[in-house]
Amino acid sequence: MFDALQAFLSGFLYDWLAVLITLVIQAVAVILPIMLAVAWLTYAERKVIGYMQVRMGPNRVGPGGWLQPIADALKLMTKEVIFPNQSNKFLFIVAPVLSIAPAVAVWAVIPFSPEVVVSDINAGILYVLAVSSILVYGTIIAGWASNSKYAFLGALRGSAQKISYEIAMGFALVTVLMIAGSMNLQEIVEGQQGGIWHWYLLPLLPMFVVYFLSGLAETNRTPFDIVEGEAEIVAGFHVEYSGMTFGVFMLAEYAMMILISFMTAIMFLGGWLSPFEGIPLLETLFAWVPAFGWLAFKVSFLLFVFLWLRATFPRYRYDQLMRLGWKVLIPVTIVWVFVVGAMQYFKVGPWFN
Amino acid sequence: MTFEQFIFYLLGAMAVISGLMVITVKNPVKAALWLVLAFISTAGVWIMAQAEFLGLVLILVYVGAVMVLFLFVVMMLDINLAQMKEGFTKYLPLGAIAAIATFAMMYMVLGPAHFGLEVTGNPVQHPADYSNTKAIAVPLYTTHAYAFVLAAVLLLVGIVAAIALTLRRRAPKEVLYQDINKQNRTSAKDRLTMVKMEAVVEKPVASKEEEGK
Repeated sequence: MFDALQAFLSGFLYDWLAVLITLVIQAVAVILPIMLAVAWLTYAERKVIGYMQVRMGPNRVGPGGWLQPIADALKLMTKEVIFPNQSNKFLFIVAPVLSIAPAVAVWAVIPFSPEVVVSDINAGILYVLAVSSILVYGTIIAGWASNSKYAFLGALRGSAQKISYEIAMGFALVTVLMIAGSMNLQEIVEGQQGGIWHWYLLPLLPMFVVYFLSGLAETNRTPFDIVEGEAEIVAGFHVEYSGMTFGVFMLAEYAMMILISFMTAIMFLGGWLSPFEGIPLLETLFAWVPAFGWLAFKVSFLLFVFLWLRATFPRYRYDQLMRLGWKVLIPVTIVWVFVVGAMQYFKVGPWFN
Repeated sequence: MTFEQFIFYLLGAMAVISGLMVITVKNPVKAALWLVLAFISTAGVWIMAQAEFLGLVLILVYVGAVMVLFLFVVMMLDINLAQMKEGFTKYLPLGAIAAIATFAMMYMVLGPAHFGLEVTGNPVQHPADYSNTKAIAVPLYTTHAYAFVLAAVLLLVGIVAAIALTLRRRAPKEVLYQDINKQNRTSAKDRLTMVKMEAVVEKPVASKEEEGK
């Protein structure tokens, strides 16, 4: 579809301009739904946590509170952006941009259905890992540019946490690509064909847990949200931010939550594949579900787990968090890399198709 | 101009400008950030040259980890830049000569006379499904396996040395240490005692109207 558009545009425009316009249209087609999903994810979060705590949640704006995200967005956009005294104004503005840009750029390689992907590159996993590692700059710069002790402490904790958990995350990805034999996300999904017991969830169960926990830590979600631990350091790295600059940080955080859920679903839960493949009756019964439907269902469930954990667990203490990352998750992943390597070498296990 | 050329010149210009900014900008934190931009644009150039594995690893390792630690250090320091820039003009001629000499030598060794397109020919165009990662991995783990393992051991020694040099334990009465094993061994039984108490039933408070009477 986009190739046709590009061919049509290059009929009367410069070649590079035609490519540029096509790219921008593709980007908007991916980013706009994600931003809308982010808006209603905040609503879902408040509702879910509300019901878990026997409250109503937001219910005033629109029927059942469904227009609450729009009201929030309008409020944030019209509020004044306050610059702290003696802060570094340029970096203060750049920090939110640095945190949203990678969170949006990552989506370029995420496949939504077979062949529905902006850029089908053969190093997809590596791209996701590399681009999401840039995210940490938003936190650090925000903390430093605010000229505030609380913000700076939050930024230091946050960046140390993100770098630590990125290692465990990287190892978890390594095991996946060892089994799949490819770094292309589409091929990884296709490698899991053949029903629920062919998903990488079973052979890589510990890695699934490690990846999801690291994802929680990467996105600063409870129980790992010491970056903004309000009991200790007010609100962490974004204390000094107000209005839309604050909103942009929130957008980035929720966009990353959705991304982590997508990655987990693609790598461990068979992406857009139906869980009932190969089961006689159920397969035909659920044949009407579109490919994206299954992916959306898995992603929604994982996002619900994010919210569920937030409503359930208290915050980790900083040293416990670092201990979990370095002394539990990383050793587990290293051991599992060797286990998977040995299994591949000796061709053990009925799981690897 | 094709789109690829446009992107190439854009990334190249970004790399050169940010490289210049690293050494001219006053604030050290900003200098580190310009260096990050230089890395990212260089990674882009590499990816355009079909070395996507190296480009992405450059971002992952240098931008995602090394420069973050750099920034940590630079942010914590309280540097007076006016002092550090002292004598800049005095040493400028010498520095300029050294820079020109280095550039001249690099040009003689790496210039178009040795690495021009006439000498090397056009770069090989790989098909889209060519895996650059595999092309690096196979020689790395076969022909260069010993050198690779040696480099890994060297890095391990580096880690151990760095930790051994910086780790210092102070007397327990000076600093509070957490004993994680002890903390994990606690159970609710040691900390919580249930006390049976009689429920206190409050008498209903007389309402205001009754008081008024």
